[in-house]
Amino acid sequence: MQQRVEEFQQALAYLDRVKANEIFAQSLQQSSPLQVVEQLIVPALINIGRQWQEGSLALSQIYMSGRISEEMVDQALPASDPDRKKQPRSAIVVLDDYHMLGKRIVYSVLRASGYELFDYGRMTPQDLVERVLAEKIRVLMISVLMLPSALRIREVSDALAQAGSDIRIIVGGAPFLFDKNLWQEVGADAMGENASDALKIIQGWMGELS
Amino acid sequence: MSDLTMNSMQRTLTTLGHQEPDRVPLFLLTTLHGAKELGLSIEEYFSKSENVVEGQMRLLKKYRGDCLYPFYYAPIETEAWGGEVIYLPDGPPNTGNPIIQQVAQIDRLEAPRVSESACLARVLETISALKAKVGDSVPIIGVAISPFSLPVMQMGFEDYIQLMYEDRRRFEHLMALNEAFTTEWANAQLAAGATAICYFDPVSSTTNIPRELYLKTGQQVAKRTLSRINGPTATHMASGRGLGILQDIAETGTAVVGVSALEDLAELKQAANGRVSLLGNLNGIEMRHWTGQQAEENVKQAIRKGARGGGFILADNHGEIPWQVPDEVLHAITDAVDCWGRYPLDWVD
Repeated sequence: MQQRVEEFQQALAYLDRVKANEIFAQSLQQSSPLQVVEQLIVPALINIGRQWQEGSLALSQIYMSGRISEEMVDQALPASDPDRKKQPRSAIVVLDDYHMLGKRIVYSVLRASGYELFDYGRMTPQDLVERVLAEKIRVLMISVLMLPSALRIREVSDALAQAGSDIRIIVGGAPFLFDKNLWQEVGADAMGENASDALKIIQGWMGELS
Repeated sequence: MSDLTMNSMQRTLTTLGHQEPDRVPLFLLTTLHGAKELGLSIEEYFSKSENVVEGQMRLLKKYRGDCLYPFYYAPIETEAWGGEVIYLPDGPPNTGNPIIQQVAQIDRLEAPRVSESACLARVLETISALKAKVGDSVPIIGVAISPFSLPVMQMGFEDYIQLMYEDRRRFEHLMALNEAFTTEWANAQLAAGATAICYFDPVSSTTNIPRELYLKTGQQVAKRTLSRINGPTATHMASGRGLGILQDIAETGTAVVGVSALEDLAELKQAANGRVSLLGNLNGIEMRHWTGQQAEENVKQAIRKGARGGGFILADNHGEIPWQVPDEVLHAITDAVDCWGRYPLDWVD
């Protein structure tokens, strides 16, 4: 299986859709869609995320890998499929910022890993707080590129704490890579250094939140 | 620093010639801090060239850096293309909705003329006025976003990645338009008095695209564009990684590369191998919280790793010091350069 994951990962990173689809289809002949997601796609995307963090893969490759995987998983495991993972109600948003790529990548990686989540697009802190409270979100992922937007996450975390919410906040984006303490400064519960970190963090919280 | 023997221009040119000047040149790339100095909002500050001239002159005197930086904000270029600019109270202005909403629009897109753009004219007025004040004593650094990186603001990064990979005909068409615009824009700044052009090209960074794609795209664009710019250029990765393509960037004809705090300056210096000078790589995000001692340590480390033999300008790693960085830190950086940056660097092992 390890070899198959590596081949699949290579195919994704170098945008070889034909090869990626071939490996995916072969795997589906031997295992259920959910097993293929967990044993093939998730490990491949986690490795790709790690390699970006180490500097050996680029953002464009992560983005395209996520999109290709998402398309394949959507076909084999539609959003309405009961096998989609039972999970805490989750949403992802870009806060007060106009840079949407990071959010899109995390969204794809999570959906390709069998998770469903709300995509809130871009929101201001006040609107975001109202919406997550109204929709009873348990896990909120906030993506930013600009430092002022990152600092504004504090407004969200404070307002949610004041409202008595037990929501968990994961933050990610460039400012957090350059200041490793910034996620705590803005009142987040965790920080993802790459797209697949969000996946690992949510997996780690599953027991506590489900 | 009054006992130094060179002015800022001499110091900078000496290091770019890969010789040791009297002291490590310090490019404190402050833009938004000018608004603070004048007690204006960021939007108000950038609305008149006189404000930016006054702001830059005050910042030069206050922080004792070695350059003037008449850069307004990145979206000023897409503003010239008809795009929207969104001002923030505490950070650089953002681009609003992309001017290219559908890729098919690229087929009908026309580049604006620099001479007909009111927003770009403000920058040119700023450069001319600064040049009149400092002559050839202080480098004036103009800015042009690379034709290859401009589409992130023109159409959004997600659509741009897809364009690069999946629609090569439209990609090439967009590059041709952007190259003409960037060349005209950079040359207008040089004609107004800019000493050099900082060519911001973060998309080319290995953080964003793999080297093999860079060699086919960003590098080719840079080779064509830089050869048509009538002056020296510095290619800036705006915090992105560049170590893996440093020699490839050098082949584009640039004189300087702006490098990331995510990479080791000693390794970058070795890879540069005297072919390009380095600009960087203080961490502007962390800088917000530095104590005087931390500022000194970071400056010392950068000088120790990058400054031997010249070919090095100390700066932040992004090309713009964040609004949130306090005066005390910037003063501490300047003091540390004055203390530890004087050549010969006898204290470095």
